[in-house]
Amino acid sequence: MAPRTRNRLTFLRNGRRVEEAAVDPNETLLDYLRLRERANGTKEGCNEGDCGACTVALGAVRDGRLAYEPVNACIRLLGTVDGCDVITVDDLAEDGRLHPVQQAMVDFHGSQCGFCTPGIVMTLFALYHAGIRPDRQTVNDWLAGNLCRCTGYRPIAEAALAAVTGKPKDALSQRRARTVLAVAEMRDGADLFIGSARRFFAAPATTAALAALYARHPDAVLVGGATDVGLWITKQLRDLPKIIHTGRAAGFADVVETSAAVRIGGGATYAQAWDALAGIDPDVAEVLRRLGSRQVRASGTVGGNIANGSPIGDTPPMLIALGAELELLKGTARRTLALENFFLAYGRQDRGQGELVSAVTVPRLAPGQHFRAYKISKRFDQDISALLGAFRLTVERGRIREARIAFGGMAATPKRAPATETALAGLALSDPSTWAPAMEALERDYRPISDMRASAGYRMTVARNLLTKALHEIATGSDGDSRLVGRRGAWETAR
Amino acid sequence: MNAKPELKDATVAVGKALAHDSAARHVTGTALYVDDLPEPVGLVHVAPGLSPKARGRIDKLDLAAVRKAPGVIAVLTAHDIPGPNECSPSIGGDPIIADGVVEFHGQVLFAVVAETRDQARRATRLAKVDIDEEAPLVTVEQGLAAGAQVLDPYEFRRGDPAEAIGKARHTVSGAMLVGGQEHFYLEGQISMALPGEGGEMRIIASTQHPSEVQHLVARMLGRPDAMVVCECRRMGGGFGGKESQAGQWACLAALAAHVTGRPAKMRLDRDDDMIATGKRHDFLIEWRAAHDGKGVLDAVDVTFAGRCGYSADLSLGVNDRTMFHADNAYFYPQVRIHSKRVKTNTVSNTAFRGFGGPQGMVFAERLMDQIAARLGVDPLEIRKRNFYRKGRDITPYGMRVEDNILKDVVGQLARTCDYAARRAKVADFNASSRFLRKGIALNPVKFGISFTLIHLNQAGALVHVYTDGSIQVNHGGTEMGQGLYMKVAQVVAETFGVDISRVRITATATDKVPNTTPTAASSGSDLNGMAAREAAVQIRGRMAELAARLWQGDARKVRFAGGKVIVGGREIDFAEVAKKCFLERVQLSASGFYATPKITWDRANVSGRPFLYFAYGAACSEVTIDTLTGEMRIDRVDILHDVGSSLNPAIDIGQIEGGFVQGAGWLTSEELVFDGNGRLTTHAPSTYKIPTAFDVPADFKVELWQSKGNREATIYRSKAVGEPPLMLATSVHSAIFHAVASLKPGAVPQLDAPATPEAILRAIDSVR
Repeated sequence: MAPRTRNRLTFLRNGRRVEEAAVDPNETLLDYLRLRERANGTKEGCNEGDCGACTVALGAVRDGRLAYEPVNACIRLLGTVDGCDVITVDDLAEDGRLHPVQQAMVDFHGSQCGFCTPGIVMTLFALYHAGIRPDRQTVNDWLAGNLCRCTGYRPIAEAALAAVTGKPKDALSQRRARTVLAVAEMRDGADLFIGSARRFFAAPATTAALAALYARHPDAVLVGGATDVGLWITKQLRDLPKIIHTGRAAGFADVVETSAAVRIGGGATYAQAWDALAGIDPDVAEVLRRLGSRQVRASGTVGGNIANGSPIGDTPPMLIALGAELELLKGTARRTLALENFFLAYGRQDRGQGELVSAVTVPRLAPGQHFRAYKISKRFDQDISALLGAFRLTVERGRIREARIAFGGMAATPKRAPATETALAGLALSDPSTWAPAMEALERDYRPISDMRASAGYRMTVARNLLTKALHEIATGSDGDSRLVGRRGAWETAR
Repeated sequence: MNAKPELKDATVAVGKALAHDSAARHVTGTALYVDDLPEPVGLVHVAPGLSPKARGRIDKLDLAAVRKAPGVIAVLTAHDIPGPNECSPSIGGDPIIADGVVEFHGQVLFAVVAETRDQARRATRLAKVDIDEEAPLVTVEQGLAAGAQVLDPYEFRRGDPAEAIGKARHTVSGAMLVGGQEHFYLEGQISMALPGEGGEMRIIASTQHPSEVQHLVARMLGRPDAMVVCECRRMGGGFGGKESQAGQWACLAALAAHVTGRPAKMRLDRDDDMIATGKRHDFLIEWRAAHDGKGVLDAVDVTFAGRCGYSADLSLGVNDRTMFHADNAYFYPQVRIHSKRVKTNTVSNTAFRGFGGPQGMVFAERLMDQIAARLGVDPLEIRKRNFYRKGRDITPYGMRVEDNILKDVVGQLARTCDYAARRAKVADFNASSRFLRKGIALNPVKFGISFTLIHLNQAGALVHVYTDGSIQVNHGGTEMGQGLYMKVAQVVAETFGVDISRVRITATATDKVPNTTPTAASSGSDLNGMAAREAAVQIRGRMAELAARLWQGDARKVRFAGGKVIVGGREIDFAEVAKKCFLERVQLSASGFYATPKITWDRANVSGRPFLYFAYGAACSEVTIDTLTGEMRIDRVDILHDVGSSLNPAIDIGQIEGGFVQGAGWLTSEELVFDGNGRLTTHAPSTYKIPTAFDVPADFKVELWQSKGNREATIYRSKAVGEPPLMLATSVHSAIFHAVASLKPGAVPQLDAPATPEAILRAIDSVR
């Protein structure tokens, strides 16, 4: 019988099994590598998961397949790598022979100052093992989370295109079977609990155990990939004595697709939820593509994006417009509510003590329903939205029967636009001259603020313009004249 | 015109596209930065306590809780500094630790020394600070209104432009804001101080200016320069941000080492780094100009008000260079270029790639775009009409432009990038597009090479040949990713006719080559390459003499090539000759020195020749904007750039591409936002957006101008390349201007920089 509780962190370090009994709940993977292992290849650039200099590859078995994803070690909590294979830049060269992605980076002059390079090498290493032959756009997507200030990226992209063939042939691929076995051996079904009742890192093995532990410690902080909580530690220097990680709970990350809806488990990362959500509409895929970076999407969870209640989270406005329903779990008690009702006020959500976000169910589009979502930010990739508008219009015989609209960045919470929705009902898509009242109604729905991302005036103007854009695109069935990036056709071809 | 450069040997190393000296170490994570060095036993860590207010008197600084925090060994304040509390690179006014008053949000009030970095950082948050706050001057306009300045105004003037403009029939006038820029070197500021015996101090720092760090630390400790050494193997990026700005953190590390007697390391957290270190100057630019009706300028009157921050730092040189480049490539017959150096209660702005030049050029290019928009003429035509040429070749500061190749460079680029046809296509697109608009622009760059502070144009080098034929090279230049070490190693290899693998590059250190100048102003390879060559030539001469003696040849005819010394028809291994030198007691070590010739600059009288030569280039950028949101994409970029005879084309192309993208970031997505209290609200990469891979167009072509070589006798007739390409990015800003202007022919969009989506939407509003 496997033990019910384990009090040692167990993971692979480049294929070699490591056990750590002393793990502080706030210790980051980067500090472990640099300060404990003294493996100095991995760099700290920003200490907040935005520059990618600290990127390492994390291997885990997903759907029976061993897959490596790049993650930001600086905000990834050490405890969350339990059961994973951690590979860093220090591990790639063998007997003085460079790994193919390393060699290509040299051959194409992909490094100048070299400080971002270890992180870039690790992202490319993960891409190398993704089993695809990427085009430039795919390379850009993978590199979105790796900032380079010297090269201008062209040589890095060329190195990636040259080295990544889709058929990995390196030491890792040769020992793949052994690694799969070693990862399987670590999956002991035990609840991980390191520390004391007053200070601990815990990663329960089942959803029931997760809910029970959180009900017992409602003062604990729940962590999926720590892409937000990590910064509380590294930047705000908060001490978080009790951490409960959702990532090991069996079934908690499950994504279930039916013909009517998609159900995303509370522990599912963006990466895990990607296919199901992207299948709803190309605009969902495009927003997800631009949400964070590959690293952030490999760690961060859709549930966490909802639970933290940020007014500028990218998934909530989309999911609200799509009519998503949220499921909450406390101990063994489940309840559901419309997602928009979860967000009460700035920093306040309808989540009780010890209650956790266990799933979100997103209906698919019905016939006659059209969806559009637009993310507006200073930079296309890996930026926080100034605003994000999501629109679901149900159209019958050229007229709008029902509109569901939600914006992020326009209020203290992700928020629907009831006045605008009412004003849109009954309008003819073919007659733009009738749209003005709906545009004006937006001013009744929102009173945005000015901050470093945009002014209130810009947000309001663009909110109106995004509605114009959505109506125009749905009316004409074309976006060739209205989009710089993320044309819907491009996604449909890609999939 | 250009004779084959006399320095040219049989090329073995120079001109080859060799990889960066540390490329293999970069990709394996084995290139060591300061934070990667093995930590000495007893190392303590330092973290700064930053001011929560922008301006005021420090009424109370209660550090009791800080001192009691876990792991804290000492808390440093201004009173702990034995010598002057000063880390200014120029005229003073930069306290290492604030004493009595604070002048910007984020100024260092104290520093914590603790056993771990985490403990030091946590302890800083426990200070109780009371500041009697005064309303800060935050913006350029506020500083101007208050008459606050860090330095006196300065002016270039020729003729009477005010009168000419007053009388002219065809005039334009305008104003624009050009934002600053955060360096965002990936490796933040860091120094480690190692106390030695008898008061010696060794500093290992990430700095573009080791000698200045040495001098600042020595002065602060009240010790002679000879007791302090500063060393730097490499930086994880500098871009000007570690020219003067590395000094303060080195001083604090040294102070911690001095106070505790233990080695001390200070590494800034990213947010602290962005808050507490200087950036590119932002400017308010106002101008009037007159032309002949065809866009040929008669007179230009422009005023640059630069936000310098709270102290002078390097603002004199930066603002001067803005003036030196306010003409870019264009002749201004009558001209007044006026510069105000505005003081504000913000961090002291500093060097940043281009050193003020880019802001001057943004003006010159805007002036061209403005006249073109008014006249409805292709802006490239207006640009060409105003180019410097024979008879119209004296700059506003009196220097003659002798080496102008822009007509040819621009002509060739316009052909190869198919400018005219694409401009017509853009017009077609705009005529039929509902929400999207395109713009295209082809802009030139002319950038003056030399420090305008003349004494900085010098360098030293130290070359050793060992008896096994291996060679060690050291010089005053620092490596920040720009490939300087490799270029200098190539020069040395070339001089000895040996393979590059024989040349070992060593860390820049003030005890090897003293009294160095900063690695800045694009001058690294010009200066250090020459100094290293001079050292190598000395040794080579001695080796040749001995070889001629031993193997009966003519010393003047001895050649060094292919790893051999060729004398009297015989080929002897380089290593064998080296060994013979030792046995025959011939010195195999030499120091070299170089001082740039020809340059003179009398600042008080605005006369002389501040630059040895100009670097030239041109770029064509095409963009699309979304008129509903202000979003912008760069669709295509073509660059043709002049590096003279390239020392290393791979490195040069890397500098061109990287510089261009950095410039494009500055002019588009990189926005520094200060709130009304003087607090920087964009102090992390989450809110301050440098370009990502996606922002660089897939269609991005860079060509080197097929040069016959620099007409000046620079190192192997190469040209400096560090800064000039950054300014090629004005073409992106001009293309955006063009896209917006297409909405209403004849109108002049009010487009500021950076052209964020919001700024572009504002510009669209300005023409509608």
